[in-house]
Amino acid sequence: MSILLTMSVAVRALLRNKMRAALTVLGIVIGIGAVTTMVSIGTSAGQLVQNELQSIGTNFIFIQTAVRKRGGVQSAGNPTLTIGDAEAIGTECQSVLAASPLIGTGGIPVVRGNNNMQPNDLHGVGADYLRVRNWQLEAGAFFAERDINSASTVCIVGHTVVRDLFQTENPLGKTIRIRNIPFTIIGVLQAKGASLGGQDQDSVLLMPFTTVKKRLYGSSFDDVHAIFVAAKSPERMRECVSELHQLLMDRHGIAPGQRPDFQVQGSDEIASILGTITGIMTGLLASIAGISLLVGGVGIMNIMLVSVTERTREIGIRMAVGARGRDILIQFLIESIVLSCFGGVIGIALGVGASVGITKIINSITPGADWPVIVSIPAAITALVFAAFVGMVFGLYPAWRASRLDPIDALRYE
Amino acid sequence: MRVRLESLTYFSECIMALIELKDVSKTYDLGEVKVHALLPTTLNIDKGEYVALLGPSGSGKSTLMNTLGCLDRPTTGSYLLDGVEVATMSRNARAKIRNQHLGFVFQNFNLLARTSALENVELPLMYGAAISGRSRHAKARKVLEMVGLGDRLDHHPGQLSGGQQQRVAIARSLVNSPSILMGDEPTGNLDSKTSREIIEMFKKLNEEQQITIILVTHDLNVARHARRILVLRDGAIVTDTTSFDEAFKSLNSLESESD
Repeated sequence: MSILLTMSVAVRALLRNKMRAALTVLGIVIGIGAVTTMVSIGTSAGQLVQNELQSIGTNFIFIQTAVRKRGGVQSAGNPTLTIGDAEAIGTECQSVLAASPLIGTGGIPVVRGNNNMQPNDLHGVGADYLRVRNWQLEAGAFFAERDINSASTVCIVGHTVVRDLFQTENPLGKTIRIRNIPFTIIGVLQAKGASLGGQDQDSVLLMPFTTVKKRLYGSSFDDVHAIFVAAKSPERMRECVSELHQLLMDRHGIAPGQRPDFQVQGSDEIASILGTITGIMTGLLASIAGISLLVGGVGIMNIMLVSVTERTREIGIRMAVGARGRDILIQFLIESIVLSCFGGVIGIALGVGASVGITKIINSITPGADWPVIVSIPAAITALVFAAFVGMVFGLYPAWRASRLDPIDALRYE
Repeated sequence: MRVRLESLTYFSECIMALIELKDVSKTYDLGEVKVHALLPTTLNIDKGEYVALLGPSGSGKSTLMNTLGCLDRPTTGSYLLDGVEVATMSRNARAKIRNQHLGFVFQNFNLLARTSALENVELPLMYGAAISGRSRHAKARKVLEMVGLGDRLDHHPGQLSGGQQQRVAIARSLVNSPSILMGDEPTGNLDSKTSREIIEMFKKLNEEQQITIILVTHDLNVARHARRILVLRDGAIVTDTTSFDEAFKSLNSLESESD
């Protein structure tokens, strides 16, 4: 019996029991739907991470004091990086485009008249900071070397700060007070939106790092919290990282082979770590969804077994007129494969709908979130192939039982 | 060695019977007891014969029928069908023999439910050599017209009378032009008028197309039309006759014995 003919026989057999076929297929629909949704959402999350990293810059390198571990407890040690390190990086490294120290603080109120607000971040940075971060000003100008040398009381503000303190007014040239020190706003940053963690990156205030040190903290130490570096090109990242490493080893007087007291991390490394994490999450979600697919397969097997028993006489008739065991096996196998593929197609449609819907819901209930809507085509195809596979595996036993029936017993079956 | 049936046809017509059973027996092993459904039996049936198997239930006539119909395998003995040994054949090979050389008609018709008459008749063609859908339809339609159901092609069994259903079954059994037509109580579920029609049809097929017919029956009216009657009892053929009266007597003596 040709496969095409067998298929039409199988489809017609299924159509004779539409309700049952629909219910049988439900398990597969849910399984495939869940897999498609989970993989799509996972891919979307991965894409979100990649987009975010893109905004950090593909040539971005982050240097910070080494994290020390003692008995499983992590602690940041005393700051070891200095302004001198930052300057040396800017001038001595071939592969470095720009570098900027960073002194981070936060939780300090910023006052303007009767208004006040607390920006998430109050950063003391170098003159090259915007180049390093691949960030632009929307209005005004950034501070220059001269402001750093003189620890000028100037600052650059982010969008949220402008909104909270000035509403629609132009903030340029206006004065705000921080710890009672008057600062002049000389620039406004372009809006950046929420970070991966959902933090508002526009709630930021930048000023020369010397100003933070001397005027806000009254400190004369020259340690910095971190150094931000931009490599000349994304291709030179590895080279740049090793150059920075070498330079800091020399400057800190650490012999080769000893533990460095700093940590150099490129954005490509961060990307690969985050990529791995989202990959694991996606895999985890998909395998949980896969279990429901397995349950669906068991459902198919159950119904196929019932169907074989119910149609024993039909099998007997077919055998009496010359069907071989193989013909019966293929007939029932194709029936279960058709059944599960049909469920697979509906499941994919459902999964696509669900993943678009869920992404939209996430975007609408989380302020600032912008999850890309992604439908994973490879996942859909894999799911469909897997559905056919499930149909085959779980259809095999009932079909085999059918093919082994004795024609006389089958004909006599009531 | 596999022997093609076709190549032996000429040969067999000259020297052999169509069916040659030699010491064929069937024993069912039910664990503690062995049931001898058919005692060693030797029997020849020639091409074009019209044979009725008579006997009380449990006499072994159904077992003999299933063996002759290649539905079952004998426990011992040799069964040459058209000169080819069938007793030792594999399941698949027997399926092919059933498809190509045998036609079956059952008491309860055994048509596929919710399937049109045409498709039911096409069924044996689906399991034979590959042919196009169109010629399959054409063949099935021709046979259905022959049994007088040319206007009922798309009717499902549920929409047909018993007689019509049995005629669909006969059409199905004939569609592959078998050399033997087997009937297991073919009139058992029919009223006397339709029974006569079906009997008439068997007779016509036997006389006009020289199809060998073997029927298991309780119905003496069916047996009366057969040209040879085998009476079975307790797994053995006790009477093999061409005379209906003799068979009738033999059958009656069996019944009086059991009374």
